[in-house]
Amino acid sequence: MKKVYGSAAEALDGLLEDKMLIAAGGFGLCGIPELLIDAIVESGVKDLTIASNNCGVDGFGLGKLLDTKQIKKMMSSYVGENAEFMRQYLSGELELEFNPQGTLAERMRAGGCGIPGFYTKTGVGTQIAEGKEVKQFGGEDYILEEGIFADLSIVKAWKADTTGNCVFRKTARNFNPPAAMCGKICVMEVEEIVEPGELDPDHIHLPGIFVHRIIKGEHEKRIEKVTTRSREEA
Amino acid sequence: MPWDRNQMAARAAEELEDGMYVNLGIGIPTLVANYVGDKEITLQSENGMLGMGPFPYEGEEDPDLINAGKQTITELPKTAYFDSAMSFGMIRGGKIAAAILGAMEVAENGDLANWMIPGKLVKGMGGAMDLVAGVGRVVVVMDHTNKHGESKVLKACTLPLTGTGVVDRIITNLGVLDVVEGGLKIVELADGVTEDELRAATEATIVN
Repeated sequence: MKKVYGSAAEALDGLLEDKMLIAAGGFGLCGIPELLIDAIVESGVKDLTIASNNCGVDGFGLGKLLDTKQIKKMMSSYVGENAEFMRQYLSGELELEFNPQGTLAERMRAGGCGIPGFYTKTGVGTQIAEGKEVKQFGGEDYILEEGIFADLSIVKAWKADTTGNCVFRKTARNFNPPAAMCGKICVMEVEEIVEPGELDPDHIHLPGIFVHRIIKGEHEKRIEKVTTRSREEA
Repeated sequence: MPWDRNQMAARAAEELEDGMYVNLGIGIPTLVANYVGDKEITLQSENGMLGMGPFPYEGEEDPDLINAGKQTITELPKTAYFDSAMSFGMIRGGKIAAAILGAMEVAENGDLANWMIPGKLVKGMGGAMDLVAGVGRVVVVMDHTNKHGESKVLKACTLPLTGTGVVDRIITNLGVLDVVEGGLKIVELADGVTEDELRAATEATIVN
């Protein structure tokens, strides 16, 4: 079965529908599926619910889908870098479901592993626990969180072989593996596609079984906060 | 003189012991890394890294290598990378010895509020709720009062909570307090700060 597609638009062909739930990889602007986000903007699909740790920045990453008002609801842990997000949220145009970061990651991982719910002590006694089942284990309270089963996953890896086995680079891995796992269909963009056998089978970060369509492209890889030290300090 | 940011960070670094795996929050906690001295401390960054190095030299920034504050950083020979689910597995699983975090409010029962101000500031909790629920020891570093001079060390938090009964120690510009049965216990005063001054700036119950 052929997994490699010629462009982001081709790879998403037939997969996008209004009101769908999309899981997206990335942390801040690091490791985000830039090309797939651009193609979703172009497609005009709307009323999306997106599970992603953040929502990009104004005019970049998932922020582009805010500008075009294609997002109905975000499931995120931190959205503080985006003025348009705040404006839409405070005016009631955009729904927001806050998830503690580890809970969001585990909800994706669990969904991808066929686990519909799990108990965690994260958020016990806070707003996050409101309306959720509380159960005691060993005398301590835990809350029930549900696995995320997304209609579509959009993720970014460094290199993949043509069967979808892939490796990530440094902290650009972040939410990409769990986001990839929790979608019915996973579309992945990479910087380089290689032949099977070129990646060491012992060093695959995400096996190709989780990846259905692959595209290669140029990434801007914008840095959110450049921080450096001067050479004199060394 | 109350402690400045760097003195607070230096005091917080004394909380760390050789061999610890530690998570540092954004702001003053980030500065703690500058004061660990000869101790072998491994810094965890919850976006998926153990063994965080210093900021890169100018021109050597790598967009694929950032910390949880989205700042460019570097790796060390001992560095390991992993995904977000595993990262919070080690946090929730109690493998991280300590977290040093900033706060908007701390209460005498160890409740912590540091993620939102309703109607004003809606940024999100990021990994803070997981950290305070999971790590071995939670140390808060913050100014003792807000910009209006009101105490941030309270009988009860007024803002939405990050966690309940999670804080072990509070380090402020005025001194160090521990959360104990019945309230807070003064552990140390900043240089030149009197106990009366610290008590006057504290709304929480102070026990002996």
